[in-house]
Amino acid sequence: VSYDVLVAGVGGQGVISAALLLAEAARRDGFDVHQGEVHGMSQRGGAVQATVRMGRDGVGGSLIPAGEIDLVLGLEPVEALRFVSGLSPTGTVVTAVEPVENIPDYPPLESILEALRAVPGGLVVQAETLAREAGSFRAANVVLLGAASPLLPVRRETLEACIEDLFSARSPRLAAVNHRAFDLGRGAAAPAGR
Amino acid sequence: VASPTGTDTIEAMTTAAPDRGTRLVLGDEAVALGALHAGIAAAYSYPGTPATEILEYLMAHAGDDVTARWTANEKTAYEQALGVSMAGRRALVSMKHVGLNVAADPFMNSALVGIRGGLVVVVADDPGMHSSQNEQDSRHLADFARVPCLEPADHQEAYDLTREAFSLSERFRVPVMVRMVTRLCHGRAPLRPGSPETAAAAPPQRVPAEWILLPMNARRRWRRLLDLQEDLRAYTASAVVNRLEPGDPAAGFAVVTTGIARGYLAENLGDLDPRPAHVHVGAYPAPADLLAGATAGVDRLLVLEEGYPFLERMLRGLLPGSVTVLGRETGDLPPDGELTPDTVRAALGLPARRRVTPPAIALPGRPPQLCTGCPHRESYDAVRMALTDFVEPVVTADIGCSTLGALPPYEAIESCVCMGASIGMAMGVADAGMGPALAVIGDSTFLHSGVTALMDVVAADGAVTVLVLDNETVAMTGLQPTVLPGSRLEPIVLGVGVDPDHVHVVDLVPNRPEELAAVLRKELEHPGPSVVIAVRECVEKAKARRREARS
Repeated sequence: VSYDVLVAGVGGQGVISAALLLAEAARRDGFDVHQGEVHGMSQRGGAVQATVRMGRDGVGGSLIPAGEIDLVLGLEPVEALRFVSGLSPTGTVVTAVEPVENIPDYPPLESILEALRAVPGGLVVQAETLAREAGSFRAANVVLLGAASPLLPVRRETLEACIEDLFSARSPRLAAVNHRAFDLGRGAAAPAGR
Repeated sequence: VASPTGTDTIEAMTTAAPDRGTRLVLGDEAVALGALHAGIAAAYSYPGTPATEILEYLMAHAGDDVTARWTANEKTAYEQALGVSMAGRRALVSMKHVGLNVAADPFMNSALVGIRGGLVVVVADDPGMHSSQNEQDSRHLADFARVPCLEPADHQEAYDLTREAFSLSERFRVPVMVRMVTRLCHGRAPLRPGSPETAAAAPPQRVPAEWILLPMNARRRWRRLLDLQEDLRAYTASAVVNRLEPGDPAAGFAVVTTGIARGYLAENLGDLDPRPAHVHVGAYPAPADLLAGATAGVDRLLVLEEGYPFLERMLRGLLPGSVTVLGRETGDLPPDGELTPDTVRAALGLPARRRVTPPAIALPGRPPQLCTGCPHRESYDAVRMALTDFVEPVVTADIGCSTLGALPPYEAIESCVCMGASIGMAMGVADAGMGPALAVIGDSTFLHSGVTALMDVVAADGAVTVLVLDNETVAMTGLQPTVLPGSRLEPIVLGVGVDPDHVHVVDLVPNRPEELAAVLRKELEHPGPSVVIAVRECVEKAKARRREARS
């Protein structure tokens, strides 16, 4: 039995980085990990997905069986909704509210959000707004990781350590931005007053 | 240049917190590390999804004593690796599946020479065609060449079997293929690497009769290769990677897996009661005794393999047998595309898992597209503008980002078949009396296989215009350098013999396709060969360069 996450978004949004942070955190917490993604032709400006599967008794590969996704982590609402039909009966979705409208026939956003909120436990996050508040719109993927973190089997401290190790290697400022992004995301996940 | 595949990301984290003996690696990196730890002297490749990251890893991590180089194409890559072997050192050559078609000549013939330093060819198949024109199964080519093939099922095996392949190659003195597939190449899992070995150079020894494939030698060498098959079968009969897990005959059937299909079986095994016997094959030629052992007491054998029904056909044969072999050719599994845990589940006779009802909203697709700021955008605008005045223009195109000119809003090309095909096909179109014929090809693709076809156009004085899109990089596969810089393109074209009056280099100005359109229009009217080189740096490469300058 594994906990299976599908990260969905558009090329350039940080789908793969989010998946790698999660995969590395799972490895450090002692899980068997399989992480998958597609490269090349399918990556150019189109829809991008990555998977992270973590289990205690082996994982069969990076492809998540239909009906076994525990969490759809959406960096974009349409891309998130695309995979809702693969959720397990107890699975849910955490997604950014901000659309990427680089296609001519983008559906009415409200209908997409409505469908996402209809998923039991579904959480729609102002990811880009919070990322800007943290210091960079690029940190929306880490906002979402923060928002999803209460659901994940990896420890919060481990995720934070991965964020520290990844971004402080580039610059201390970037690390601080992403820590703030994680915290703001985590805050968005907790209903007010609880 | 930062790898677009996240290797830097993982390394930043792993460097900070090394680990409990494991770290997350791509399947491609597991292969590269296996080769490095096997003590290779050299590695060669041409970029191609999903194999690109093998050489990228080696270029970034191999010491100065290891040559790691991109080459003009897969054939030249293979030949260089073969030379390393002849000189007594270990060499890796890696490529995508269709790359082996380009390298098929040296590959097939290298099975007949007397391999000295271990020669391992890693071929990454792309079932499901994520980034390819076909889903050919390279196991057929290993069999065709009569060389052993190792097929890893996971990351650890990708590492272990690559190392094993080098010792096999030296033991049997044949090249050895390691067959990978996209999901393994581009999936990450923890790897526990072993300790590196230093492969000593084989002592100098010159045996021309083993390397000069004149008919008199080649016949002897071919016979030797055929005689070797029994030894290869003896090896795979006892290879650790080939395993039989006994099961309960009450299951009524047995299962054969190869490669990553083993994981898909494992994913469903808990729901199978009673459990069927299971043979896993990771080393070919196929272990006949092991496979026969699995069928004891059952009359059905389900074959789960990524790619073509390779073992399935072999096991079924043509004549009726006592065991019914089930697989892709019997409709138990889809005949094409990748296996999935779900298609495997259905083939095992298990009910589908419960699923959430899909949303009622129809969602639009989001296909790949040319990047904002991509120079190919102006080029394809120019192509469309230039062609409006002609009655019967034909545009042949090629492999790479330039193929995206097929998509809206451009829809500017009519063919994409294989590396370099645009130019030869344009010549054929002209010979058939249609035209004007315009071949559109990227800079790296031109250097890979376009130059030779241009020679034919010059020799035939063909009415063909070639538009080379010079974005100064191999863009689609993640910004590898082209084998020669863009500045060499014009001298090459002139050197081949295209009339200098009909060779143009046009700097592409953003949002200004008119100049290129005018040049193209003029050359399309010229009844002989012409070449137009449209130059502007790939927008992603420019970004990467700026990032690098900042840090």
